Amino acid sequence: MSAERATAWFLRGYVVVVFAFVFAPIAASFVFSFNSDRFPTLPLGHFTLHWYETIFNDPDVWEAFANSAIVSACTAVIATFIGFCTAYTDYRFRFFGKSAYLGLALLPPTIPLVIMGLAMLALLSRIGMSGRLDSIIVAHVVLCSPFAMAVIRLRLAQMDPSLEAAAWNLGASEWQAMGAVILPFTAPAIVAALCLTAAVSFDEFAVAWFVSGLNKTVPVIILEILQGNVDPQINAIGSIVFITSMTLVVVAQILIMTKAPRRA
Amino acid sequence: MPEPGHEPLVVFEGVTRRFGDTVAVERMDLAIGEGEFVAIMGSSGCGKTTTLRMLAGLERPSEGEIRIEGRRVNELSPAERDTPMVWQTLALFPFLDVRRNVEFGLRMRGIPAPARREKAMAWLDRMEIAELADRDVAQLSGGQRQRVALARALVTEPRILLLDEPMSALDANLVVRMQAVLARLQRDLGITFVYVTHSQSEAFAMADRVVIMSRGVVEQIGTPQQVYRSPANRFVAEFVGANNIISGIVTDYREGVVTAETALGMLRATVTGDVARTPGGGITFVVGADRIALSGQPAGAGNEVRLALISEEFIGSVVTLHFEASDGSPFRAQKQQRELDTLALEVGATMWASWPAEDVHVLPGE
Repeated sequence: MSAERATAWFLRGYVVVVFAFVFAPIAASFVFSFNSDRFPTLPLGHFTLHWYETIFNDPDVWEAFANSAIVSACTAVIATFIGFCTAYTDYRFRFFGKSAYLGLALLPPTIPLVIMGLAMLALLSRIGMSGRLDSIIVAHVVLCSPFAMAVIRLRLAQMDPSLEAAAWNLGASEWQAMGAVILPFTAPAIVAALCLTAAVSFDEFAVAWFVSGLNKTVPVIILEILQGNVDPQINAIGSIVFITSMTLVVVAQILIMTKAPRRA
Repeated sequence: MPEPGHEPLVVFEGVTRRFGDTVAVERMDLAIGEGEFVAIMGSSGCGKTTTLRMLAGLERPSEGEIRIEGRRVNELSPAERDTPMVWQTLALFPFLDVRRNVEFGLRMRGIPAPARREKAMAWLDRMEIAELADRDVAQLSGGQRQRVALARALVTEPRILLLDEPMSALDANLVVRMQAVLARLQRDLGITFVYVTHSQSEAFAMADRVVIMSRGVVEQIGTPQQVYRSPANRFVAEFVGANNIISGIVTDYREGVVTAETALGMLRATVTGDVARTPGGGITFVVGADRIALSGQPAGAGNEVRLALISEEFIGSVVTLHFEASDGSPFRAQKQQRELDTLALEVGATMWASWPAEDVHVLPGE
């Protein structure tokens, strides 16, 4: 009995240690973002919002946030649309070369980001599209669509296959059935995909760095500040980015976990 | 039954459906009349569901023609025909409440909201579930869902309703109740029901005619009585009811009575119609298990075989007795419980079974 309890306590401790390992740097960054000292040393100085004020008054940071917001919003909408179409064709149709099609659709996240960034830069500059905000969007859509597809595909797999046919059977055209059955059923997954792709795009550095040119996103400006000097502004920006992404991911996770009634 | 002279409501003419190399339905000819309750019956994979799906437009025939109301429908999409279906899974929309589920067909046809609401409520009322109108479908019991599915399919007032094993998820008690509901509904509405099932009791309890299918081929079409008493072939005789099937060689044929040498002894059968038999040819007798008389002693009459009792099986008031015949083949008899009171039923006991020659059905063409 006591051996069992010891194991239980050990496992609990293990979980705590793992989470501490993962989150300690982020927590440290969060704590130091409110610390008055210039260098991250212990003991801490006094509490201050100075670093938040600094970034708040820095037009470059504002611009980066605006860029990131535009890019991630556009990316989320386009990537989710493409992901939905891919997931639906997979759900609905059987055709020659389907596994190749699916493999290709899921491929982008497996490519190292640096390679992807380089390749994107090469392609976009050749067609005269590099260094613009939309070049980041294009690159991020490629990167994010597979995530959207995976989430929506999961939801479609939970759907009673008779549901869409039942709509046709009751007089719905294919488009009507799409609007009246497929979209309402997949709605939680669609919102989850929007959040997830927005979060991925908001965080993404490597590809954005290659193709962004003068239109810097938040991760890119973080690196620039970091390259200049040690500046606790980074902690403040980092904390905001972390909270934004985490919120999006948690919302997505909650929506994905709302279980679909399989047969009703 | 379809009336002669004008086209029945639904006609299958030489309809074949292939999936790759497999033939799901082969050269099917079937006519279904207005207001008829037809059950298509067979084991899984026999093509019964494919037949129904072709009628609904969810599958397209590879060959042949399907006509509804005299019009070729092969090329029509499901939405272009009015053939609503009650699905095996019921396929209620989980994101809509009960009333909106029922309204769905009307909404797709562009009926304005107040009118479709009124109609949906009328149907929910008719199905005796009006009080559930605002519920989520996930909150309903199996029987209630069934009623919602029926209301949803019938709300557009079709001339034909398709049902694909709609009761397979219900427990036995509920099945009997829903059978009564369905049969009454069909009579009251006077529309055609095409009901696909693997269950003989469901088919026989409700249908005017049954279609028995096996491996894509129609084996027999007829009233439950005809199929039960006069199976068209060995498959139907084995599939339907509790029949004893005995094969032998004809030894004598005169005055409408054929005598054959079988593994169980010399047996006789009255032959009607053109089923003439010549001595030396093969013949197959079908004897319904409910036509068997049992006795502890041989009576010395014709058509009597000696059996050893193996087991008893109670189904309500009816008892099925399983025997082994002298050649080791199985033999079945069905009796009312009270008819068995006078018999000593012990496993292993020797008994004699007999039946009148008139109660023997002779399989044609075998």
